[in-house]
Amino acid sequence: MNNSPYLRQAASVQSVMLRVLLALLPGIAAYVWFFGAAIVLQIVLASLTALAAEALVLHLRGKPLAIFLTDGSALVTAWLIALSFPPLAPWWLVVLATLIAIIVAKHLYGGLGQNPFNPAMVAFALMIVAYPQFMSRWPGTDAIDFATQWQIIFGLHANQTLDALTMATPLDALRTALHSTNATTVTVASALAHNPAIGLMAGRGWEWVAAGHLVGGLWLVQQRIITWHLPTAFLATLFLLAGLASTINPSEFAGPLFHLFGGGAMLAAFFIVTDPVSAATTPYGKLIFAAGVALLTWIIRSFGAYPDGIAFAVLLMNIAVPLIDMATQPRVFGHKKNGSNHHG
Amino acid sequence: MQLFDFNGGVTPDYHKEASTQSPIAVSPAPTFLVIPLHQSIGGTPRPLVSAGDRVLKGQRIGAADGDMSSAIHASTSGHVVAVEMRRMPHPSGLSALCVVIKADGRDEWIARQSFDYRSHTAAETRDYLRDAGVVGLGGAVFPTHLKMSPGKGDKLDTLIINGAECEPFITCDDLLMRERAEAIIQGVVILRDLLAAGRVLVGIEDNKPQAVAAMTAAVQAGGHQDMAVVAVPTRYPAGGAKQLIRVLTGIEVPHGKRSTDYGVQCFNVGTAHAIHEAINLGQPLISRIVTVAGNVAAPRNYEVLLGTSMEALLTQSQPLPDTDRLIMGGPMMGVSLPSKDVPVVKATNCILAGSKKLFPPPPPEMPCIRCGECATACPADLQPFELYWFSRAKIFGKAQEYHLFDCIECGCCSYVCPSHIPLVDYYRFAKSEIWANESEKAAADQAREQYEFRQLREAREAQEKAARLAARTAAGRAAATNALAVASDATSDATPAAAPVAKSATTPATEPAQTPSPQAALIAAALERARAQQVQPANTTNLTPEQQAEIAAIEARRAQIRAQAHPHLPPDD
Repeated sequence: MNNSPYLRQAASVQSVMLRVLLALLPGIAAYVWFFGAAIVLQIVLASLTALAAEALVLHLRGKPLAIFLTDGSALVTAWLIALSFPPLAPWWLVVLATLIAIIVAKHLYGGLGQNPFNPAMVAFALMIVAYPQFMSRWPGTDAIDFATQWQIIFGLHANQTLDALTMATPLDALRTALHSTNATTVTVASALAHNPAIGLMAGRGWEWVAAGHLVGGLWLVQQRIITWHLPTAFLATLFLLAGLASTINPSEFAGPLFHLFGGGAMLAAFFIVTDPVSAATTPYGKLIFAAGVALLTWIIRSFGAYPDGIAFAVLLMNIAVPLIDMATQPRVFGHKKNGSNHHG
Repeated sequence: MQLFDFNGGVTPDYHKEASTQSPIAVSPAPTFLVIPLHQSIGGTPRPLVSAGDRVLKGQRIGAADGDMSSAIHASTSGHVVAVEMRRMPHPSGLSALCVVIKADGRDEWIARQSFDYRSHTAAETRDYLRDAGVVGLGGAVFPTHLKMSPGKGDKLDTLIINGAECEPFITCDDLLMRERAEAIIQGVVILRDLLAAGRVLVGIEDNKPQAVAAMTAAVQAGGHQDMAVVAVPTRYPAGGAKQLIRVLTGIEVPHGKRSTDYGVQCFNVGTAHAIHEAINLGQPLISRIVTVAGNVAAPRNYEVLLGTSMEALLTQSQPLPDTDRLIMGGPMMGVSLPSKDVPVVKATNCILAGSKKLFPPPPPEMPCIRCGECATACPADLQPFELYWFSRAKIFGKAQEYHLFDCIECGCCSYVCPSHIPLVDYYRFAKSEIWANESEKAAADQAREQYEFRQLREAREAQEKAARLAARTAAGRAAATNALAVASDATSDATPAAAPVAKSATTPATEPAQTPSPQAALIAAALERARAQQVQPANTTNLTPEQQAEIAAIEARRAQIRAQAHPHLPPDD
């Protein structure tokens, strides 16, 4: 016999996770449209690995399989890994990354709800440090048929022609151009001009994937799965920083739309910084956390050695979450000051 | 009128229509009434009757235990069968002292006289209400007379009358307002006069248009320019006193503060009605309106004599066969009763029959994913999931730092939690542990202080005794010396002999070399006695059977809360 309240809203972790997966579909659809079905193959690989790893660890920990395996959290991690990894990366890279995310980043810290770091970002950061050569296998703008993609992913394709089929992302291309030996003559405009990989705002095709994530993300806000705080603070900070820097020095710094629609910014804004377990939880805390991720992302993108800095930015801000939450406790009803221990 | 908002809250299905289709029915007087002496916050009234006594309807059978208590009355005329321990309407199934009355069917009243509060002092009126057994009928049963002080400046800005009734299923206040609005307003007038209130706001959730209309008509009929009936948005828990005060005035009364310090005071409509009956009609509180709803064929409101068995009341609404539990109160804050065989008391606003279909058992508890839904729903602006982590880890100090005791246990957090965590259970557990720790600490502190005081006193007494003894011995020695001195007067001066007398009399302890050994033994023996004294905390000896039963019940309740909280802990944590 339970105690009051006896009424409960029809809500569950499973329905939350399923709606997150649903919200990823528009971005995935755009991905397939522009770059072929390789991403679906990677999502399937990651999902199967995640479920197997989850089942194994749950079994070892003596947890009920039926409840935890169907909660959908492992699938969300798997899909986010697949979506942030290059779709032409070898099969074992995504499998290894997913194993690390589920077993190390999630379960070694205590499982669902206990991980201080975003599991997908732990996996991404480890892989880009360990296997940078495979983490750059992004598809070019020329469509590759699925059979070739399959061969590339499973290592059946001749390596000598691989370079012709893959290419750097716009963020990477820009960074390489600006940091190249004749960097004094290269400007953002010249690096991006006449580049076939550049579309209306950012990378050709990639900007539509980002738009798909934007649509899915807004639906999550409407569904009250996430609040507006995290995505708004992230996108606004990135927009302001990029806008300010590109206004001051347009030849060295890319503009705000390039940043928002390039790389993983939209995915991060609605699906990665919004991971409730590893993000800040108070209203002000969420603003600080997401703004911090955006600041670090922009710094790493503009001055760092890696093409996209989101993973490192998220992990660094994850460390600060307990402090942010403690410092931003909201005012309690009837109390005057934030976090005051004294009544009145 | 400008309304304010409170954060959080939820909008569950209200289920209020079914029990509002028929007017209030009078529940027939039962043959036996079991009237608990303790029906309000505060001390347990002492019984004024014993087995065999004849009592009249409205006769006082329990006298308030000091001012922090409220009197108890016979609900009908008859004979007292017993004054004994009976089971209470409480989740733990604890028993308490009750007056059992066998009704004689004559329903014979005491001599009823109205009380002219205008010709009495405020203190006399408060005593009258205490002795008339008037307590808050919204469910909290706080003695009404204790809320009757106007506060600063001997006047109150705003008197709030709570007709919000936000819990699902409960409609007793709704029907009372529809049917007895004028009587309620007459009670409100008394409250307004006693509290010297500048204005009166009657807050009613806007899902009760008929109650709003009836109350508005009653205010207009009475020509009360200083009263306004205000429909407030329907959102649970808008009927919480703090939330309603906030909605109507914008004032937030902090936890642990008197609302009169902020110029407001809040009474339930049922309480106003009871005040009218006590003061204008001379009828003490012997009945109340109770909603019977939930898994019953005929949900309805009844006017019920206090002490009527819940089973007898429930039967009138025909509970359905799959009824598996009985809840006193609503589905958000009500308590499961261990048995149907308990009496209706002043706190019984609703009897809710439950079934697996109506209130399905919660799905398996999942880990908290820190989604923050509970924080969004919390009307006290707490961070419930943080309180959950601290309560679960038994870090009670941190839980208090995060304002655990500002939690009103409204249940909104548990209602919205996607992980189905019984959050309120964790807070109840933490609160009860903190209370237990504090009372244990207080008892230990008291015992230690008593022990230390006694040791000090006994050591001092022993020392004084030794000093007296030493003084006597020294005096004898001095006398002898004096005699010797007198005898040898011709050869020496007497003055030096007086010095050692004074010295040894005033400071015997500092000169052990001069102190004879029997005195040292005396002191040692006294100290030994002091140490040997067995110290017992005074508050756990010579208890009455009722107190022992109460302690046992509290222990049982804590054990139950602990047992309920523990299954939620995952096995490997």
